[in-house]
Amino acid sequence: MSGRVLVGVKRVIDYAVKIRVKPDNTGVVTDGVKHSMNPFCEIAVEEAVKLKEKKLIKEVVAVSCGPQQSQETIRTALAMGADRGIHVDVSGKDYENLGPLQVSKILAALAKQEDAQLILLGKQAIDDDCNQTGQMTAALLDWPQGTFASEVSLEGDKINLVREIDGGLEHIKINTPAVITADLRLNTPRYATLPNIMKAKKKKIATVKPADLGVDVTSRLEVLKVEEPPQRQAGMKVETVEDLVVKLKEAGRV
Amino acid sequence: RRETGWRKEKDPVLASTRKLHAGADGSKVSPSAAPERLPFCRVTEEDLAFFRKILPGRTIVDPDLVEPSNVDWLKSVRGSSEVLLRPQTTEEVSQILSYCNSRNLAVNPQGGNTGLVGGSVPVYDEIILSTSLMNKILNFDSISGVLTCQAGCVLENLSFYLEERDYIMPLDLGAKGSCQIGGNVATNAGGLRLLRYGSLHGTVLGLELVLADGQVLDCLSTLRKDNTGYDLKQLFIGSEGTLGVITAVSVLCPRKPKSVNVVFLGCETFEQLLKTFQLCKGMLGEILSAFEFLDSECMRLLNTHLKLPNPISDCPFYIVIETSGSDPTHDAQKLHNFLEEAMTSSLVSDGTVATEEAKIKALWSLRERVTEALTHDGFTYKYDISLPVERIYQLVTDMRKHLGNRAKSVVGYGHVGDGNLHLNVTSPSKDPALLAAIEPFVYEWTASCRGSISAEHGLGLKKRNYIYYSKQSQAVALMGNIKAMLDPKGILNPYKTLPDNLKQ
Repeated sequence: MSGRVLVGVKRVIDYAVKIRVKPDNTGVVTDGVKHSMNPFCEIAVEEAVKLKEKKLIKEVVAVSCGPQQSQETIRTALAMGADRGIHVDVSGKDYENLGPLQVSKILAALAKQEDAQLILLGKQAIDDDCNQTGQMTAALLDWPQGTFASEVSLEGDKINLVREIDGGLEHIKINTPAVITADLRLNTPRYATLPNIMKAKKKKIATVKPADLGVDVTSRLEVLKVEEPPQRQAGMKVETVEDLVVKLKEAGRV
Repeated sequence: RRETGWRKEKDPVLASTRKLHAGADGSKVSPSAAPERLPFCRVTEEDLAFFRKILPGRTIVDPDLVEPSNVDWLKSVRGSSEVLLRPQTTEEVSQILSYCNSRNLAVNPQGGNTGLVGGSVPVYDEIILSTSLMNKILNFDSISGVLTCQAGCVLENLSFYLEERDYIMPLDLGAKGSCQIGGNVATNAGGLRLLRYGSLHGTVLGLELVLADGQVLDCLSTLRKDNTGYDLKQLFIGSEGTLGVITAVSVLCPRKPKSVNVVFLGCETFEQLLKTFQLCKGMLGEILSAFEFLDSECMRLLNTHLKLPNPISDCPFYIVIETSGSDPTHDAQKLHNFLEEAMTSSLVSDGTVATEEAKIKALWSLRERVTEALTHDGFTYKYDISLPVERIYQLVTDMRKHLGNRAKSVVGYGHVGDGNLHLNVTSPSKDPALLAAIEPFVYEWTASCRGSISAEHGLGLKKRNYIYYSKQSQAVALMGNIKAMLDPKGILNPYKTLPDNLKQ
């Protein structure tokens, strides 16, 4: 086994930013808006680095698909402890239309090229909330998948996983190589400390194009319209219980 | 030629203050305790009828509803007011004060009630005049950046409003979710951004006030420059509600920075911290917007009481540095150069950087929530001192040695970039013996460096009698004259800010 883990990290609009829809309703405003690493991807990186610190794996490779700025996201992963990065350069219209199917094809190709033993991803991205990339990647590679992982432990060439599901927690055991997607409670990502931030600047990031991996990024989906959710109406304060009953009657609620 | 400590020998008023501490005049009462009630009238049914007429539904007499306004945020002082008034307009404030002045009723103006020196709550039965319902934003000029609003606007709400318009408030403090701009101005609040944007004395362009007799004083200018006569608003900024009630404020706001970075660093010694500050000013210069510190004891309290983890390794001192600029690439480069230099010259032993909002908030909370962590550690004795920057931590070290194990925790943190130390001492419960050990030691230590015994918190109730440690008696006497001129009956926030011995 190569002992190599691929971690996918996506550059998304920072979750604390207020999202604005573009006036032409084709998408959201991204220019000049603060971006950062998808929080679930951060958890995936932390898990990979932890596995390396426990000496259960040998190398963590951070991968991001997107324009030039995606390299910043890879640098953050390097500062957290990843060893090197691969930037799959996708920009312009291709980037706007990039979705889970194309990304999973890219990840599958990279997994084969890098002889990866494990692929760690966030369970979903906070911009599209698709929750598909991990599952599609596993299917393309015909690998087992452990999604919504809240606990991961390696046992020889198998992985013990606890999954967060609607009914509670599910314990499974899967073979390697495998795809794991991280859920919120898997770990608390570390702060990148200065010595590591400085070291990260010297770590290598290779750039490739999807075509180099034999992947066609044409999208099969077309976004018709993007709109804001309906505005929430303001509530009303009343002084007495009698007023409340009157108002409820007026609104036809009682 | 002045020598250090000249005040102590030559100033008879300061000498009598020291005697108070020593109990030499036979009194065992601490100078921070409340004085006797002054002969104001008490509220009658007729008074309540009048208030109810002008403030229908907003004249509160239910003890449960009045109680929170009778107690300060620290739960350290409690008044016994029975009336809470909640005006919505300047006109209503004017009517209230005019009436109270004629009836000789004392009034306690109250904003967010987050003050730390007992200045925001009644001492006895003063009527509480709350600005909470005066929360309208009146105007914002997006070209000049001048915001005009009523005094009861919560600071954080103003920040949210401005951020949507690409501006920010020139001040920021831990209490932002509750404090109101009128109270901020009345106390000349400092906060975390003073290093970059200056004090309210510079950023407030105009005020609208109501004087003790109900007269409305409209100085609500929005002009950046106006040298026509005496600048009256300066008198009211920092007057702690004793000269007039602020009803509206116009403030000059800076543009929202496009790029904000927060760095959390660890230093082994205070000397290294000071050298880091020098380096910071040199290499970050115009993008530096905050330089705060906390000691390892603060970190221990944050870990213990608020379960906030240390993002880096354990160090004796921690620094929070914030940069704000208009170009992320430019700022990142400057920051990188500074951090590389700080690390290679071993000024800093560890650190982490945040550019994302969520991480920035997390790092700032380590500094902003120290006050909260202290409230869980026991009864807190708080000191807010201005000192020459190089002497700041010496006071903490000397205090620890002086108190030995009489205190539970002794911590130091604060706006080191402004020369402002927050020294806090905790004990399991209120302890007069401990207080007697801390005071006047802390004030004399401060006076010996010609520091301020209250850098930004103000004097309020608790520190009114210590004013002589930092101000000459002629200056204080003049303050008394101004107070007598503007509020002859002394109804505005009595027992606060000015020392008791002026009332002779």
